Amino acid sequence: MKLYLLLTQIGFGLLLSLAVNAIEKPTPPKANKQFSTEQACVEPIDIMRRYHGHFLKHHRDDTMHSGVRTTQHSLVECINCHVTADDHGNYPSVKDGSEHFCRSCHNYAAVTIDCFQCHASKPEKK
Amino acid sequence: MSPTQNRRDFLKKTATVAGLTTIAPGILFYNVSQAKPDGEAVTSKVRWGMLIDTTKCATGCTDCVDACTKEHGLNDNVSAEVAPQWIRKVGLRDKQTGKETSLPMLCQHCEEPPCVDVCPTGASFKRADGIVLVDKHTCIGCRYCMMACPYKARSFIHETLENQKPHSPRGKGTVESCTFCVHKVDKGEQPACVEACSNADHNAIIFGDIKDPESEISKKLAEVSSTALRADMKLNPGVRYQGI
Ligand code: SF4
Ligand code: SF4
Repeated sequence: MKLYLLLTQIGFGLLLSLAVNAIEKPTPPKANKQFSTEQACVEPIDIMRRYHGHFLKHHRDDTMHSGVRTTQHSLVECINCHVTADDHGNYPSVKDGSEHFCRSCHNYAAVTIDCFQCHASKPEKK
Repeated sequence: MSPTQNRRDFLKKTATVAGLTTIAPGILFYNVSQAKPDGEAVTSKVRWGMLIDTTKCATGCTDCVDACTKEHGLNDNVSAEVAPQWIRKVGLRDKQTGKETSLPMLCQHCEEPPCVDVCPTGASFKRADGIVLVDKHTCIGCRYCMMACPYKARSFIHETLENQKPHSPRGKGTVESCTFCVHKVDKGEQPACVEACSNADHNAIIFGDIKDPESEISKKLAEVSSTALRADMKLNPGVRYQGI
């Protein structure tokens, strides 16, 4: 019985370490530019990581209902800065792979993003 | 300049201040067609409206419709039979006299919009400045508003869309209609259809603030006789027609 338990434990341990190794840490692509000389993104990075969803949702209601058009928390500006083209001028797909800025982390966290069923997932070609 | 204010915003705000002109000592003339500052909410001091002169609108001309389709990417990868129509050309014929009129039909941006009354989710709403919109984040695609709209102004999106315009998010399972090009109007620009009509030198559509007595549209409305479509329903549409 003891031996059996021990074996299962070893088994679990192996499984765990395998699983940990299989999931790669996300490596989101670099943004186009810095927000300001002191700050990389529109809010400090740790705040952005945790609260970007809140910022976007708050701003979406302000824009939709009150016509507030500031760019600091606008989804279009996130995309313009964070979704970058490769050498051939092609943008990564938001549907597959993990090249797209939003997808790179959302894949890792297994959180589906519905935004791009309606919103543009890449900057508009000028 | 604060770190949260970028250079473009700063320049825009400065431009707005420059739009204030002194006409006499102590009196400021504020040109409302000037863009409002980006961070400011729209107010009910403005009501956007449109005056369409049907005598200048040619049968067969679809410049306004084409401009709308292009601006919002309406026809990109959709089957023709379910393609949305935000603006369409309608022909009228007087049975007595045989006189034919052609006019563009679009959301009339009603002051008392039935689409808003019936919407179960609050997705259909009227902005303070009179522009009637669908908040697609809350729309459940029930299409009550399509039934309620007396002008057949709304379309349902049946198919998965791709490559939407950044300024015009649209998607399957929601209802949409003319937005008066709210993304342009908020920047102080004219709707795409109005621009197209005047670029082609037809000048059949005037767009502006009908609450500002000094605006081109208000002056014209005070001068010529114009009609609200189905005025019997007392919806007080923001779009009025001249010459019908
Ligand atoms: S025309 Fe139709 S969609 Fe537009 S505001 Fe009036 S009822 Fe609503
Ligand atoms: S289709 Fe959307 S906007 Fe229209 S009534 Fe239903 S929820 Fe409201």
